[in-house]
Amino acid sequence: MGREQQRELARKLLDSITALAKKAGRPLRFMEVCGTHTVAIFRAGLRQMLPPGLELVSGPGCPVCVTPDSYMDKAIAYAKREDVIITTFGDMLKVPGSRSSLGAARTEGADIRIVYSPLDSLQVARENPDKKVIFLAVGFETTAPTAAATVLAGKQAALGNLYMLSAQKLVPPVMRALISDPEVKVDGFILPGHVAVVTGTEAFRFLETDCHLPGVVTGFEPLQILRSLYRLTAQAAAGEARVENEYGSVVRPEGNPKSRQVTEEVYEAVSVEWRGLGEIPASGLRMRDAYAEFDIERVLPLKAEELPPPKKTACRCGEVLRGVVTPRDCPLFGTACVPTHAVGPCMVSVEGVCAAWHKYGKGTFSYGIK
Amino acid sequence: MCLAVPARVLAIDGAMGTVELAGVTRDVSLMLLPEARVGDHVLVHAGFAMQIVDEQEFEETRALLAEMQGGPRTVTELGG
Amino acid sequence: MALNESEYITLAHGAGGKISRELMDKVILPEFGNPILNELHDGARLELSGRLAFTTDSYTVQPLFFSGGNIGKLAVCGTVNDLAMTGAVPRYLSAGIIIEEGFPIKDLRTIAHTMREMAEAAGVAIVTGDTKVVGRGKADGIFINTAGIGELIEGVSISPKEVRPGMKVLLSGYLGDHAATVLAGRHGLQLPDYIKTDCAPLAQLTQALLKAAPHTAVLRDPTRGGLAAVLNEIAEASGVGVIIEEERLPVRPEVQGVCDILGFDVLELANEGKCVAFVPEEEAPAALKAMQQSPYGKAACIIGETTGQAAGQVALRTAIGGLRVVDMPLGNLVPRIC
Repeated sequence: MGREQQRELARKLLDSITALAKKAGRPLRFMEVCGTHTVAIFRAGLRQMLPPGLELVSGPGCPVCVTPDSYMDKAIAYAKREDVIITTFGDMLKVPGSRSSLGAARTEGADIRIVYSPLDSLQVARENPDKKVIFLAVGFETTAPTAAATVLAGKQAALGNLYMLSAQKLVPPVMRALISDPEVKVDGFILPGHVAVVTGTEAFRFLETDCHLPGVVTGFEPLQILRSLYRLTAQAAAGEARVENEYGSVVRPEGNPKSRQVTEEVYEAVSVEWRGLGEIPASGLRMRDAYAEFDIERVLPLKAEELPPPKKTACRCGEVLRGVVTPRDCPLFGTACVPTHAVGPCMVSVEGVCAAWHKYGKGTFSYGIK
Repeated sequence: MCLAVPARVLAIDGAMGTVELAGVTRDVSLMLLPEARVGDHVLVHAGFAMQIVDEQEFEETRALLAEMQGGPRTVTELGG
Repeated sequence: MALNESEYITLAHGAGGKISRELMDKVILPEFGNPILNELHDGARLELSGRLAFTTDSYTVQPLFFSGGNIGKLAVCGTVNDLAMTGAVPRYLSAGIIIEEGFPIKDLRTIAHTMREMAEAAGVAIVTGDTKVVGRGKADGIFINTAGIGELIEGVSISPKEVRPGMKVLLSGYLGDHAATVLAGRHGLQLPDYIKTDCAPLAQLTQALLKAAPHTAVLRDPTRGGLAAVLNEIAEASGVGVIIEEERLPVRPEVQGVCDILGFDVLELANEGKCVAFVPEEEAPAALKAMQQSPYGKAACIIGETTGQAAGQVALRTAIGGLRVVDMPLGNLVPRIC
C-alpha cells in the first residue's frame, strides 16, 4: 500500500519544516481554529512528529465547546416540554448545561432525535404535526447556510411547527478577538478549510492586512495539514504574512456566494457570548425579524423558572479555548473531568481540545514506543 | 468543526440530488449549489452540497495520493 | 382491535395455554426441533465431558432485519462466538425470546429459521428455551437471550495472562461491516447489496486456528466497541503494549465511506463475525493460513504486535508514520457533523 512513499513524503515535509523552523530562530506557535483539524492532527499522530520549538495550539474551533451553558440550559428546558421534539447533531447530546445534559433529558423521557442534516428536521416536523420540532442550530459559517436553507424550505412548506434554537457563530471575528488578546501568542493560523469553502479566502485577508500574521487554508488529510505547516513555517522563516490556500480543490477566493446569500437572507450578525471568551461583537447569527416565526426564543420564550441558576466550576475551558493553557494545566483534567463525566464542553465533543487530549494520550505524547 | 466529504453527483431531481462516495449513496440538497451537474464531484456537509470539487485540483490531490501509493513524484519543491 | 392469532403475536401466545402450545408446535419446534428439545422437559439433559465453557448474552437490535441477517442470526452467532473465543467447541444453546404484542408471526418464523440455520452451521443444538409475550410498547419488537455451553479444547489456555511481548496480532477479516450496514440505514445512507453484516459462526475457524497455533494466547471477537475496545481490554488485562499498523487494517472502501460521512472511527465499529488472535510469532504463519482457509477468514491478516513497552496501552502507527494512542471507545456511536 505504498506505506514507504507516504511516509517518505511526510518525512520530507517534516525535514523541510524542521529546517525552516530552525531558520526562523524562535519558537513557533500555530493555532488551528477548526475542531476537525484538531481531531485530524491527533488521529494522524502529527503533534509528536513535529520538531521541538514548533507547537500546535487549538483554538475555539468546536461549536459545541464554545456554546455557553445558558444555551444548553435553554435546549434542555425546551426538550422537557411535552409538545416538543428536539432535533440535533449527535455532537450536542452529551454537552453539559449548568445542571443537566440533553442525553440526561432524553433518559428522562424527552423526545430528542439525532439528525445527519438539518433538513431531516423538516421530515420530523411533517410527520409530527401536533409537536413543535426545534432544531439546535449550532455551527460556524459552513453549517449556518444549511440551517438557513432549512428555514427557507420550511417557510415554503408552510409547516408551522418547525423552529430553530440558534447559536451559530462566525470564525473571523473570534480570530480577531484572540489576536487582540495580549495573553494569546500565536505565530500563524491553520485556517478552517470547510469554513473557507463558504467564506472564501478573502474573509481571512485581514490576517495579512491588519494583523501581519500568516494563515494557510487547508484540508483535513494528514499530508494536507503537513503542507500547511510547511507553508506557515516558510512564511515565519521569511518574516512574511500572507494568506495562502492549500485547499484549492474546494476553496475559492470568493467562496460560495449562494450559501452566504441564503445565510444573509435568514440571519443577521449580532454580538454573542462565547464560552470562556465572553461577548464578541458581530460574532454570532440571529434570525432576522422576517423569520422570527422560526425563532423558538421569540415564538415561545422560556420562563425564568424553567432555567437553572448559573453554576461556577474550576473548569478552565475558556483559557484552553484561547490556547493560553493546555488541558493538562486544568485542575479538573483527567480527574474530575473525563469524557464519561465531562465538566466542561471541551471534554464532551469528540472535537473538543480536552477530549482529544484525553483520548489520544491523556496529555502525554510519548508513548514509550519508538 | 465541519465534517465534509467529496462525493459524485449521480442524479438530480429538482433541488435534490443523489451523490455517491466509495459506493455509499445518499440524497443531498442542492439548494446551496444549484450549478451542480450530474457527474460533478461536490463537497457534502450536513446533507447539502457545498462546493464543486475542482477536477484539476482534485487530480493534483489524487496524484499526491497515487504518489503516496507508489506512483511517480509530483512534489519536487520540498528540498532544503 | 383484536389481532388475528395466526398472523400476529398476542398476549395469549405467552399465557401458557393452548395458544402458547400452538405457537410452540407450529413456529418454534419445526425449526429448533431436535431429540433433546423435543422431550420438552423443564430442562435439557445433556451429555458433555471434560472442562466446560458457559456464556450468555442478550440481543437487541434496530432494525431487526438488515442486509445479510437478522436478530436471530446475531443471537446464535454471538453466543457461539463467545464460546469459540474461550477456546471451546460450542455444543448446546438455550434461547429465551421476549416478543412484543403485535409482532408478525411470519417475522418470528423467519428469525427462528435463521437461528436454526446458524445453529446447524455452527454445529450446535438449541436444547431448551422459553417464550414470553409483553404488551405493546414494552419491547422493541423482539428481544432474544441465548446461553451456550461448550467443551474446552484440551491443551489450549486462552487468557490475556498468556500474552507476552513479541506476539503477533491477527485479525480474521474486514473491519466494521456489521456496524456500517446497520448504521447506514439509520442515517439515510444506501450501501451496495454486497455490503452486509459479517455475522457468522466462528467455531470452526477458531478450532482450525487453535490446531495450527496451540499456543495462541487470547482470542476475542470485536463486537460492541470494535477493535479498539478488545485491544484495550487485552492490553490492560495482560499488561503488555499493543501496536497496530493503520495501513494493514482491512477496511472496505464503502465502510470507510460510511465512517467519513458520519464521522466514525472504523476501529470503534462493531463486528459480528470477526476474530482477533494473539499468537506467538513462530506460530503466526500457520495461524494465519488456518484463518485464511476458513470461509469466514479469507481476508485474515496480521495487523500488529505486542511490545514490552507502553504497558497496557494500544497505539496505532498511522499511515504517514505518526503514532497515536487508541483509546477505549466511550459508548454509543452518534454521527458527528461539526
